[in-house]
Amino acid sequence: MAAGVATWLPFARAAAVGWLPLAKKTMPKPPVDNSSRSDEILYVNVSGVRFQTWKNTLDRYPETLLGSSEKEFFYNEDTQEYFFDRDPEMFRHILNFYRTGKLHYPRNECIQAFDEELAFYGIVPEIIGDCCMEEYRDRKKENQERLAEDTEANEASDAPLPPHSTSRERLWRAFENPHTSTMALVFYYVTGFFIAVSVIANVVETVPCRPPKGSVKDLPCGEKYQLAFFCMDTACVLIFTFEYLMRLFAAPSRCKFMRSVMSVIDVVAIMPYYIGLVMPENEDVSGAFVTLRVFRVFRIFKFSRHSQGLRILGYTLKSCASELGFLLFSLTMAIIIFATVMFYAEKGTKGSTFTSIPASFWYTIVTMTTLGYGDMVPNTIAGKIFGSICSLSGVLVIALPVPVIVSNFSRIYHQNQRADKMRAQQKVRLARIRMAKKGTTNAFLQYKEDRDRDSDSTALCVKNRSAFEHQHHHLLHCLEKTTNHEFTDEMTYSELCMTESVGFRTSRSTSLSSQQGAQNNSTGCCPRRARRRAAMRLANSTVSVSRGSVQELDMLHVKTTSIPPQTRSSLNAQADDLKLNCGEQDFTAAIISIPTPPANTPDESLPPSPAPIPGILRNTRATAYTHDTVKISSL
Amino acid sequence: MGAVVGTLTMQTKQRRPSRDKADDELEMTTVCHRPEGLDQLEAQTNFTKQELQILYRGFKNECPSGVVNEETFKHIYAQFFPHGDASMYAHYLFNAFDTTNNGSIKFKDFVMGLSILLRGTLREKLEWTFHLYDINRDGYINRDEMTEIVRAIYDMMGKYTYPALKGDVPQQHVDAFFQKMDKNKDGVVTLEEFVIACQEDETMMRSMQLFENVM
Repeated sequence: MAAGVATWLPFARAAAVGWLPLAKKTMPKPPVDNSSRSDEILYVNVSGVRFQTWKNTLDRYPETLLGSSEKEFFYNEDTQEYFFDRDPEMFRHILNFYRTGKLHYPRNECIQAFDEELAFYGIVPEIIGDCCMEEYRDRKKENQERLAEDTEANEASDAPLPPHSTSRERLWRAFENPHTSTMALVFYYVTGFFIAVSVIANVVETVPCRPPKGSVKDLPCGEKYQLAFFCMDTACVLIFTFEYLMRLFAAPSRCKFMRSVMSVIDVVAIMPYYIGLVMPENEDVSGAFVTLRVFRVFRIFKFSRHSQGLRILGYTLKSCASELGFLLFSLTMAIIIFATVMFYAEKGTKGSTFTSIPASFWYTIVTMTTLGYGDMVPNTIAGKIFGSICSLSGVLVIALPVPVIVSNFSRIYHQNQRADKMRAQQKVRLARIRMAKKGTTNAFLQYKEDRDRDSDSTALCVKNRSAFEHQHHHLLHCLEKTTNHEFTDEMTYSELCMTESVGFRTSRSTSLSSQQGAQNNSTGCCPRRARRRAAMRLANSTVSVSRGSVQELDMLHVKTTSIPPQTRSSLNAQADDLKLNCGEQDFTAAIISIPTPPANTPDESLPPSPAPIPGILRNTRATAYTHDTVKISSL
Repeated sequence: MGAVVGTLTMQTKQRRPSRDKADDELEMTTVCHRPEGLDQLEAQTNFTKQELQILYRGFKNECPSGVVNEETFKHIYAQFFPHGDASMYAHYLFNAFDTTNNGSIKFKDFVMGLSILLRGTLREKLEWTFHLYDINRDGYINRDEMTEIVRAIYDMMGKYTYPALKGDVPQQHVDAFFQKMDKNKDGVVTLEEFVIACQEDETMMRSMQLFENVM
């Protein structure tokens, strides 16, 4: 909404007349506004589609292509219009952004094409309005994931091993990607075969075989061929144990490996055998031993290493665990309710199978799932009525899980992603607002510094800022003059409070103190101005102006030129240098580079500075000036 | 049968007022204010047609419904003064512009106010400023009103100022102001006292001239 701010600025400045009677000092001179007040219509031809708009509309965002002088490169003298050889459909959205201040993402467009257009026109995607931001981010994420998956899939299978990998790493890689080497593939299939063999053996050993001669009763094959099955079991377990130990050895992080699901399954699959070996052939514990053999069936889960589908299913169930849990809970509630009702309905009858409420649970479950075994049947009329209600409601309740699981999988997955994104975005948003606020402060303090200096020398630099900025700074300056106090930022303020309270001028505790050597020498003679210099410098290098209220700033185009500190004696000399260097400043549209200490992550690389601290370009004897261009757009 | 129909119609009659209220509310939010014609505005203000056109385009772009209410106004003004809290001063400013006192600024109010501030005579500007300070519109500025205004202005500076705001700086500022303005020392400043005192103030006259060309 920079347009809004720009439109109202003349109004705010006019209203500054209200401060005049209170002002203790004269107001500063307003900046000269050379731009013509009359508005003109510009013609923009995008691949044959002609757009027309006011010049003012485009000037609202001076750091984009259309708002800056960059569009002059595309000006066609013959036809007196700006010609762009780009997509006219996309341009419509770009132009609407200028008109309304909100950038919308067209849902039927490819996300990459849109991004490219934005990059061409110098518009930062972060300013997409809230209405379209989520969609944009989702699509972008999806696109990136797809690209990442493709590259990953290409790389993962065919990537050559790094030349100096240890045998351990090679082994692990062989286990994880069986397709890499023949040995791994062979091992993969062998283990798969033995899993199958083990499972089939477990199944077959319970099948009744023909009894041996002399006995009438059918014997399960397991007992008939006990030795054979025992040998097969031993072989399988040996293979599994060997595999597990190999994996444990090869794993890059043993603790993590031991905690993973697959390793737990492996352990559970082989444990019963060893426990069975260790345990004596005692009748008392044989019951427990039999239970242990049940765990052998978990060997079938080892197939999930061999099957992608099983893994996906497992992940789905895990992610829907809460939904399933709730479903189970509601089912339990229904079962208890109906069981109670049936029990009391059938209580009186003779020979009723509904002996207790827990006994009725079985009836309720069988009825609700529409199984209807018929082993428990209500006899009373009330019982029959409630029984039918039970079965009808059961149909409804049991039919719920399937679409729930299916839809919940995508919903829960995306929801989690979104929550994390929101949190990250919120942090970024606040950080950006803080930066923008600080940027405004810095820009204004910079402006004041320019003002303090000889006004002629800054004439050249001054014209590099936008008219809007000038006027805004002039407004802030008027306020300062009215109240006879000056704007500073938090760091300086606390700094000054500290120095005042302590009672003497200490050298600053910030990391700049080493560079302020010359500065400190001169504080004796001109304390107030020295303090202001310090305030200036710190202002340009400090991190945050923390404001309680989260006010959303529009796109502020703020350019700060970082002026290195000067000693008192060389003030005049430096003014000349400054004049020379102003011409070298160059524009880059829509970059965000902030002269901040490392506490805030700088978005773009800053121009290299001689100072040891990144982003703080201070050198008491600097001969090279660096200009920072700070452009901040915040939502 | 007739009784049934009668009761039914009675019920609908009862319902209609509430529905009307809802409709009224809807109407109020979607109504657009249109300014008077361009010629009339040109006659009433000191702007040319071109300037009015540019002003209106900007105004309409920001407020498509044609009015600015106080919340929007505060929000806009806060963006100019991110360091401090501009809401109180924006409130007083809003009241100064809202000559019709109906809680919203229409384009006509906006442009009339701007006309006085930018293109008006010295007397008109001083009168406008007087009305800004005179919160309760009783024709006198007393100490309390002045203190309110000055506090609101200092609020806009924010907390981090140099030199730091110690003591009751606004109060001192108000005292200084009354010293200058209140000639007959009766505790209030009338319009005439205000105008005369301002005209005698050299710094202020110089500053006034600087604001000529803000458009």
